Amino acid sequence: MVKVGLIGAGKMGISHLSILGAHPDVQVVGVCDTSKLVLSALEKYSKFKCYTDYLKMVEKEKPDAVFVATPTKFHFDFVKELLARNIHVFVEKPFCLTEEQGMELTSMTSERNLVNQVGYHNKFVGTFREVKKLVKDGAIGEVNHFMGEAYGPVVTKKKEGTWRSNPSEGGGCLMDYASHVIDLINDILSPITASKGSILKSIYSKRVDDAVYSLLELSDKTTGMLSVNWSDETYRKMSTSITINGDKGKIISDANELKVYFKEDHCPEGYSKGWNVKYVTDLTPQVDFYLRGEEYSAQVDYFINAVIGNVPNNINNFQSAWLTDRAISIIKNQK
Amino acid sequence: MERILYGDNQFFAVNHISDAKSMAQSIKFKSDEAIIRTLDYAIEAGINTFMCTTHDRIARICNVIRANPGKYKDFKIYPCMPYAHKYANAVTELGIQGTIKQYVPGNLFGTMFKGGMAVVSKDFLKIMELLIDAEMKMFKGINTPVIFLQNVITDLLLGLGMVEVLKGFHDYILKKYYAEPGFITMNMPKLLDTLEGAGINNPIICFSMNKVNFRMSGGKDLYEETLKTRKLRAITMQVLGGGAIPPKEALEYISKLPNVESILFGASSKANIENTVHNIRNFDKEKIS
Repeated sequence: MVKVGLIGAGKMGISHLSILGAHPDVQVVGVCDTSKLVLSALEKYSKFKCYTDYLKMVEKEKPDAVFVATPTKFHFDFVKELLARNIHVFVEKPFCLTEEQGMELTSMTSERNLVNQVGYHNKFVGTFREVKKLVKDGAIGEVNHFMGEAYGPVVTKKKEGTWRSNPSEGGGCLMDYASHVIDLINDILSPITASKGSILKSIYSKRVDDAVYSLLELSDKTTGMLSVNWSDETYRKMSTSITINGDKGKIISDANELKVYFKEDHCPEGYSKGWNVKYVTDLTPQVDFYLRGEEYSAQVDYFINAVIGNVPNNINNFQSAWLTDRAISIIKNQK
Repeated sequence: MERILYGDNQFFAVNHISDAKSMAQSIKFKSDEAIIRTLDYAIEAGINTFMCTTHDRIARICNVIRANPGKYKDFKIYPCMPYAHKYANAVTELGIQGTIKQYVPGNLFGTMFKGGMAVVSKDFLKIMELLIDAEMKMFKGINTPVIFLQNVITDLLLGLGMVEVLKGFHDYILKKYYAEPGFITMNMPKLLDTLEGAGINNPIICFSMNKVNFRMSGGKDLYEETLKTRKLRAITMQVLGGGAIPPKEALEYISKLPNVESILFGASSKANIENTVHNIRNFDKEKIS
């Protein structure tokens, strides 16, 4: 049994907690939050031990691993304290507020040989995994353009909100929403190294961006575009997609459906010349406990398995999340 | 419960395999008339139960049903609450406390006092009851013999081990609405164990079940075994595996399973509704003979 603690029982934290609570290899040893409302609900109806001070929780319960699902501004301090105590860490996205912070935590994990993961769950979505495989195998040839997109109905009215509407705390569409798409581009293609121009637009929010549009260049000099808007109520929920044009074919994928076009007869197994459509149902392995998408359970499974030593710690590690943080600041500084 | 239940995903752009189809549905069912017309196709095909989310638009559909008592006299609705994305988007924007403030009804002085007291005294079951009442308002005067808790909440509570809250939902639906409580889940065997542990016997559970093992946590073998050996009133959903299985083949598998009381399906055209009903009735006949 892996002893796990959780800091921050908000939307993502509660979801992790439920998945951890149902996990056969996990014993949840403590939950830490500052909301009296949330804590008293957990104390009254769950069996989890609750804390308001995470260091007290760590000292008392001695967890092997801790999930950090607090607002982004707390990530650096909390994760640093945890790593200093040789605790494996899963932290929510985005990783840190600055590149320097992310770099420091990344080097701490390698010095101490600790398992480290960030919650970019799209990497556990079957369609996006297949896109990565196709691109890396050169199935669509040399990439000449990409388009990463995400739209959804988070802020659709003018009003003051929570920390997500505060730019200094990691709020805004770029940090919160676009980070998912940036992370996918980094992973499927190559890390973003430059922005040739960015627009960060406020639509309803007073202090943060609600939409981000940017022309991007990657480390291998591939170029493409980013288009993300969290104030688009024509979407029922977040919809993330990526389009990649290559000289031998084209890929259009979202989290549900993968469409691939091949120009020639020579294609990977299971595909043929012309359009091919595959669904996430064919590409996603079963999970033991389902809450809100296989990918949320799969990322927790992967982390726990990395702690046990069954899998390498190479999906969504701090290093890759740091590259995403870096791309966020590149886009922000180019606007 | 009737053998065939008609679902509402197609009306609200819920499509598990395609965002493009989702948008097409959103366009097709823009008007309430389009929804009503399709519901009427289902009724003509012999289905009298509509299982639907407590989406804002359902309130307007309920108005039409109430306004035509003759036409809809045998019509039943199984409400499924809450409409999760409404709350999920609100939590991202307002936090958990802000969301409760927004959605615990507060217009009437009485409910505000009751709700306000509940938040202060941390009586969470009372907060849940207020939220259930708020969601049930739109169904006033309509026959709702079974009321469901949506899977995202059922499964969240299941993972958190909050059995008392599941039991609280169950008891409140029985007591206040004289209706039978039901639970939607993606983790049927685990939920059944938990509900039985809480003293809820022979529960109504609606779960994903299909030939291709889609969204069946614990696996198809365990699901089939559970149906064969345990006591539950089973409703199967996602029988087409998100569209991955040819409809006839999918329905044959489901119709021939033991101990499945009802089959939930959604379709947006008259022809698809008729075909589905026809196929299930035929496979049921084959099973009997």
